[in-house]
Amino acid sequence: MVPIEIRDVTLVYDTPGGKVPGVKNVNFNIGASEFVCIVGPSGCGKSTLLNIIAGFLTPAAGEIRIGGKKVDGHGMDRGVVFQDFAQLFPWRTALGNVSFGLEMKGVAKEERDKIAREQLRLVKLEKFVNSYPHHLSGGMQQRVAIARALAYNPAVLLMDEPFAALDAMTRDDMQRLLADVWKATRKTVIYVTHNVAEAVYLADRVIVMSPHPGTVKAEIKIDLPRPRDPLSVEFLDCQKELLRHLGHDVKVEEAAN
Amino acid sequence: MSNGQQTRTFIRGAVTIAAAAAVYEVLARSGIFAAALLPTIPTILRALYASLANGTMIQHAIFTLYRVMLGFGLAVAVGIPLGILMARFRRVENFFLPLVSAMMPIPSFALVPLFMLWFGIGNLTTILIVFYAATFPMLFNTWSGVRSVNPLWLRAAGAMGADENSLFWKVIIPGASPFIITGMRQAFLRAWIAVVGAEMIAASDWGLGWVIFDAKEFLNTDLMLAALIVIGGIGFAFERLVFGSLERNTIQRWGMSRVAKG
Repeated sequence: MVPIEIRDVTLVYDTPGGKVPGVKNVNFNIGASEFVCIVGPSGCGKSTLLNIIAGFLTPAAGEIRIGGKKVDGHGMDRGVVFQDFAQLFPWRTALGNVSFGLEMKGVAKEERDKIAREQLRLVKLEKFVNSYPHHLSGGMQQRVAIARALAYNPAVLLMDEPFAALDAMTRDDMQRLLADVWKATRKTVIYVTHNVAEAVYLADRVIVMSPHPGTVKAEIKIDLPRPRDPLSVEFLDCQKELLRHLGHDVKVEEAAN
Repeated sequence: MSNGQQTRTFIRGAVTIAAAAAVYEVLARSGIFAAALLPTIPTILRALYASLANGTMIQHAIFTLYRVMLGFGLAVAVGIPLGILMARFRRVENFFLPLVSAMMPIPSFALVPLFMLWFGIGNLTTILIVFYAATFPMLFNTWSGVRSVNPLWLRAAGAMGADENSLFWKVIIPGASPFIITGMRQAFLRAWIAVVGAEMIAASDWGLGWVIFDAKEFLNTDLMLAALIVIGGIGFAFERLVFGSLERNTIQRWGMSRVAKG
């Protein structure tokens, strides 16, 4: 859909214990309709970076441009999916949750119900349009969250470890579903994860970040054809390469401790 | 709650009340106390029936309900907006919190004589006492409810383009609803307790509290106890029917409350 440029982005957290660098001089580009995963150990600033792109945090220096336009606060050109299932509004049904963004846009009720139903069909929840979130499983709730983030048709989808709290089997299903949704919608996706296999399964390109302060350490292109087979030799080779980039940091940290 | 469970809860409640009534009846008939002071249950029920049949008890109840509804309504109208403003704006909180903290521990009943001097005997004083008693639970619960709204909801709504107005009506109010409903429940209970007390000294001629106080003059203990049954019955009905169904249709349906207490 639209390209994203991340230019010299730096953010420092002001904590009671002093200034803690969140991310420092982060630079990379994301192509239109590209699926980029950001991978790194905890504390590497991957979620911070996503929150800056989403507009929830303002960088101390640098800027983000989406489709050439500078990011200033949150906007409807981006849809956001969080890790926590509690992101859904418990007082709204699946349909009510998905149509929220359209409601804010001022779309008429009939039209937004129609769009919301289509989005729920896309994530295979057409049977649960009238269910309240607490009657849905964790995986289903995250699917509603994805449908909700897509419903008002943002160009970019930002996802912060959306499947991290799910069991392994559900997570595999969700990854397959997300790959299908991406193929159908061709959004530009930035997906934060600490799961290497997940990154290799989903991404066109993986950005590896390292902590203290959070910086980009490597960029790896994943050229495997889709749909990807997680048991193929090529897939495992990609995982190994990614792990090598990540593992190096672990050793440095251990030595430092 | 399933139907069978509901029936069982009802039976358990009925057994408890029947047992308490039996103990009372034995005591009343034992002759330890004068019959005029401890009337038997049939005597009380006769007094209750007579006062209901000639309409006086119903009229007293209507007066009391009128005062409660007005005072409670005012408390809701003031408590919810002020609680929200306190939770949303630090300056409002800084200004009102000391005032609220200082006033809240004062029992509403202690204000009745003062209010009588200021506002006279009758509806105005009783309504204001109810208002005073009910405002603080409403205010405090709303205040904590708004502060406990999940920040993720605000973030998600903001990302979907919600403006301040939509955030307020479509996220903060429903998000705080478990607390707001609890606040209404507590406020009504306080209001109901306060009105009876206020009516005892600050009402003339009408009101359930006044019935009790007036009946004392004539040693009409049967009527006093009949009025207590009406007071308890109306309070219970509101608690279960009005607030119970409000809860079932909102926060229980949304999975925002654990199974209701009691």
